Amino acid sequence: MGATVSTLAYLVSSVLFILALRGLSHPETSRQGNLFGMVGMGIAILATLLRPGMGGGGIAIVLAGLAIGGTIGTVVAGRIQMTALPQLVAAFHSLVGMAAVFVAAAAFYAPASFGIGTPGHIHAGSLVEMSLGLAIGAVTFSGSVIAFAKLDGRMSGAPILFPNQHKLNLALGILMLVLIIAFVATGNSLLFWLIALLAFVLGFLLIIPIGGADMPVVVSMLNSYSGWAAAGIGFTVGNILLVVTGALVGASGAILSYIMCKGMNRSIINVLLGGFGTTGGGEAGPGAGNGDRAPVKAGSPEDAAYIMKNSQKIIIVPGYGMAVAQAQQVLREMGDLLKKEGVEVSYAIHPVAGRMPGHMNVLLAEANVPYDEVKELEEINPEFAEADVAFVIGANDVTNPAAKTDKSSAIYGMPILDVERAKTVFFIKRGMASGYAGVDNELFFRPNTMMLFGDAKKVTQEIVQALQR
Amino acid sequence: MNPTELANQATLAANRALELAEAARQAALYVAPVAEAAEPFLYLLTIFLMACFVGYYVVWNVTPALHSPLMGVTNAISSVIVVGAILATGLSDSIAAKIFGFIAVTLASVNIFGGFMVTRRMLAMFKKKG
Repeated sequence: MGATVSTLAYLVSSVLFILALRGLSHPETSRQGNLFGMVGMGIAILATLLRPGMGGGGIAIVLAGLAIGGTIGTVVAGRIQMTALPQLVAAFHSLVGMAAVFVAAAAFYAPASFGIGTPGHIHAGSLVEMSLGLAIGAVTFSGSVIAFAKLDGRMSGAPILFPNQHKLNLALGILMLVLIIAFVATGNSLLFWLIALLAFVLGFLLIIPIGGADMPVVVSMLNSYSGWAAAGIGFTVGNILLVVTGALVGASGAILSYIMCKGMNRSIINVLLGGFGTTGGGEAGPGAGNGDRAPVKAGSPEDAAYIMKNSQKIIIVPGYGMAVAQAQQVLREMGDLLKKEGVEVSYAIHPVAGRMPGHMNVLLAEANVPYDEVKELEEINPEFAEADVAFVIGANDVTNPAAKTDKSSAIYGMPILDVERAKTVFFIKRGMASGYAGVDNELFFRPNTMMLFGDAKKVTQEIVQALQR
Repeated sequence: MNPTELANQATLAANRALELAEAARQAALYVAPVAEAAEPFLYLLTIFLMACFVGYYVVWNVTPALHSPLMGVTNAISSVIVVGAILATGLSDSIAAKIFGFIAVTLASVNIFGGFMVTRRMLAMFKKKG
């Protein structure tokens, strides 16, 4: 297969990848989109294997790699629980980053394969592109490893802060720039590995100060980085498919990061500097409200079941707590029972609910909740005023009216779900602890709020039993 | 202003224009080798920027409910760097390049298969119910 034919094949793949993303504009076209993506990838790999000059030995090595990696990927993706999706995605991002590092290394030791020079005499422009792909790839790898560890609970989700942290990062960033300039000037292999090492350290340092609930932004950002790394490698090896795909993925991750930041009314810089929500927010037992406030009203699952049975419209607000308690199945059972009683049930999703963009939607879909009952913030907010019950399960900050009224609050300006407008608000919580932002929620103390203390799954199960009686 | 004066001025302007054109031609001759070297880069840069715009518009059209599958798909397709790894492994005689290429192919394949499979699983749940 000649160079023109393989370039054409890459063009077809690029178009198929664009169509794969296009398909995701609606659930009904999304599966076809995913198929386009697979076909595009298949064409790209085949076209590359059929290029002239491919040695038989090389092809055997490639096929072995594809078989080993493909088996691992298929098994892992088939077994993973949907609640563990965020950490899986983080782990996958780390692999893309690492692969980018190794492709950069391969290009460095065999530049002739890509027509960018001979070993030791690689064109300066290609060295610039190579060092960018290498550095971004390495940052993506170590950053994603930390994100994975935090999401998977192997490492505390609490921000890790130390004095002069940002100055250190800045100094390392400048050192990186110096190393890259020296590398481009000399083409030295030691400098190549020093850049990789420094980038690993940087990725690690950049992510440790970021707290657990800011992970949606981090995961999106690393998604974006993996794209830019692929584009950097694409520039190095002069391949249009890599450049196009890298740009698509980079843009996608950047947009998701933007949406997540907007959902918290925080700038990306504020998120990246980290340390959010470390002040205040002490643990307190049920009913131990501040002295000057009215005591909170705690209710039983039977009370909740009775009130909901006699309602007309209920809006359920799920948060990360629902995912932790694995309460989505039993929540859907509750919804079904209520619908049988003639109650209108819908679900309200805040943009930053959960640990990755769209996390709640996947969990509810897994529990067989029809996707047209699941609504986004702008769509559902006007409906709270007509709702009899807002059923908040495992969410807190995203319902806090202080975001609208209290200018001194850490969450001021964040768009919230207007659960306060519903006639009655139920909160399923383990205790009175404040949310991630460390801000008290005044809603807990309102007369029309009822707290249901306990594990989200257990409480919901008890409500289901009460409804069945 | 009489016609002769006007004609003289026009001639001056025309001469000046000719000089400028000559200077531009010289400059172009001087720049040509650089432009030749920069051409493949500019070509890729053009494609890159266009793709950024395409990505921007396509991704804004993705429904927020499918943002998780979007991450799955983008994760899978970003592993297209496997193409670079295959070229390094297949076209070169360098042992180092073959080893690095093999590792990169393996890592990227985990992503390609894993990314598409997990996305498929997610999307299967978004089927119309009832």
